[in-house]
Amino acid sequence: MSHPSEAQKFIKNENRVNWHDESLWHVREKRDKAANLFPEWEQLREKASQIKAHSLSRLDHYLEEFEKNATANGIKVHWANDAIEHNEIVYNIFREHGVKRIVKSKSMLTEECHLNPFLEKHGVEVIDSDLGERIVQLAKETPSHIVLPAIHKKRMEIDELFQKHLHTQPSNGDAIYLTAAAREHLRQKFMKADAALTGVNFAIAETGEFVVCTNEGNADMGVHLAPLHIASMGIEKMIPRYEDLGVFIRLLARSATGQQVTTYTSQFRKPREGTELHIILVDNGRTVQLGREKYRRSLHCIRCGACMNTCPVYRRSGGHSYQSVVPGPIGSILSPGIDMKKHASLPFASSLCGSCSDVCPVKIDIHQQLYAWRQDITRETNEEPSKKFSMKLAGWLFTHPNLYRKAGKFGRKALKILPRWMVYNSLNAWGKQRELPEPPKQSFQEWYQQNRQKNG
Amino acid sequence: MGKADILKAIKKNRPEELPIPSLDFPASTGQDLKMLFQERLSAGGGEVIFAKDSLEAEELVKKQVGDYQYVAGAFEKLNTLDLSAIHDPHELELLDLAVFEGILGVAENGAIWVNEDTLVHRAAPFITQHLVLLIREDQLVDKMHEAYKRLRTQDYGHGVFIAGPSKTADIEQSLVIGAHGPKSLLVIMLPPSQD
Repeated sequence: MSHPSEAQKFIKNENRVNWHDESLWHVREKRDKAANLFPEWEQLREKASQIKAHSLSRLDHYLEEFEKNATANGIKVHWANDAIEHNEIVYNIFREHGVKRIVKSKSMLTEECHLNPFLEKHGVEVIDSDLGERIVQLAKETPSHIVLPAIHKKRMEIDELFQKHLHTQPSNGDAIYLTAAAREHLRQKFMKADAALTGVNFAIAETGEFVVCTNEGNADMGVHLAPLHIASMGIEKMIPRYEDLGVFIRLLARSATGQQVTTYTSQFRKPREGTELHIILVDNGRTVQLGREKYRRSLHCIRCGACMNTCPVYRRSGGHSYQSVVPGPIGSILSPGIDMKKHASLPFASSLCGSCSDVCPVKIDIHQQLYAWRQDITRETNEEPSKKFSMKLAGWLFTHPNLYRKAGKFGRKALKILPRWMVYNSLNAWGKQRELPEPPKQSFQEWYQQNRQKNG
Repeated sequence: MGKADILKAIKKNRPEELPIPSLDFPASTGQDLKMLFQERLSAGGGEVIFAKDSLEAEELVKKQVGDYQYVAGAFEKLNTLDLSAIHDPHELELLDLAVFEGILGVAENGAIWVNEDTLVHRAAPFITQHLVLLIREDQLVDKMHEAYKRLRTQDYGHGVFIAGPSKTADIEQSLVIGAHGPKSLLVIMLPPSQD
């Protein structure tokens, strides 16, 4: 499985590709408008990047400070080396409380840990409460975007899905009707849940509190009703000071959707009276990434999804083509760090245009890291034999200038006179779904020599 | 086990300590905060109405009440539900309208900070079908930096910035108001405190 072969499935339907492309570009445009509203945007990005870099350089200190302060606040703090430990901690707490039904708000970390299938195997009913996540859960799919989980789904598909699972009437994809149906369905789930799970957007060492941002209010509906709240966070979500929140909250929603702020910025410091609040600090490969100097900055990520919305490859290949919990440009530098072999094709799923780095609110040098991964992957894994051969051939040609010139001349002629089937066939990936450019009459060198002689 | 392993791995792999930046963002540039607040909250799907005093605010809320059966919050005369008499937050499910006093408002994004001191129940502003928040002009700050400076000294178990009604755009990016929480948010803006 590779990105190109998965992307092929998505691009079969050209109308859908164009629709997907335009939907995401629209979000990117909204982000630009929000970022251009005030003059200190670039300053905010710089500060955010510095805070994250500092925080990572003292991460052990801040995690311990967080644990101390959160514990004093009455929060129970757990540590998990990997996904298996994380899932076991969650399940043990559930067993203690006799938990049978839970509601969950968006958490890419629990996706990464494959928590849902683990809990379901143990007989726990897991309901994803974010509307987009509920849609993909009912469809037995995974999110294709970290902020817009069902961005790949057409409204008619959702209509049919809801008819089947929520017994709605056919509505021709009426978003208001379908959302209202989901509201009723999920309210029942909120009312009956024994526990609520959330992710964490930011955790503050200084105050021992954490922040969860949503537009729907689903995280809050879950945790303020259930007698038990478990929050899962990757250790890189730690920030040192309370005031640092000002920087990140100003960046997050504007980068993600172009809103000024998410509807709810919910800050948890103590458990609600008579209930328990747990937080699980998860490593799962993050400390390894911390040790890779070239890729360390990928841990700055605040999961806004801006790099996906702007990426010309993501927009046209869809999130599922990445076969990775976090897709898109940021996923393509995070995932090879977890399993290089499995995700070897991802750093190549980019034009290296650099737009991802430009929009990143915490200034991750995403396209530079994609390029670095390409080099590491080519060195350490077996490249596609056809690519290897053609690269060798090209390398040899470039070291023989006379031959190179002759080959160029031959190529320009050949492209003009060869029959169409000899140029546009399965051997030429560049000729798929597009016309090759008209071959130039002469090479730059020929042109230069000619004009140089003319003009002295 | 987990903790010791993680801390050990971090110590081995982290870079040399890097400096922490100071956060010196320019304060307000003389913008009319209440107009900016109104503009930004409206963009988020909320509505702002200006009232000259709390009597007028109460009248406005009364209009909102209409035929709603279950009302709770800041105006005792209008309440049909006593929040402090409720122990299980699930009972709040029938709440039609809740009215709370905000603690702080942020002009740049139309967000209002509330915490459980005023909410009584953390679930109340989420589970209610409609929400009204009251805020005074002198409780407005320009940006989030100023908001966190003021909240620094607050002691809270849970607090939340609310910047509109509950909403979603998960079906083909069409904005729908009323996802799980309130289907409307009305903010009543009052003049500065007279005390």
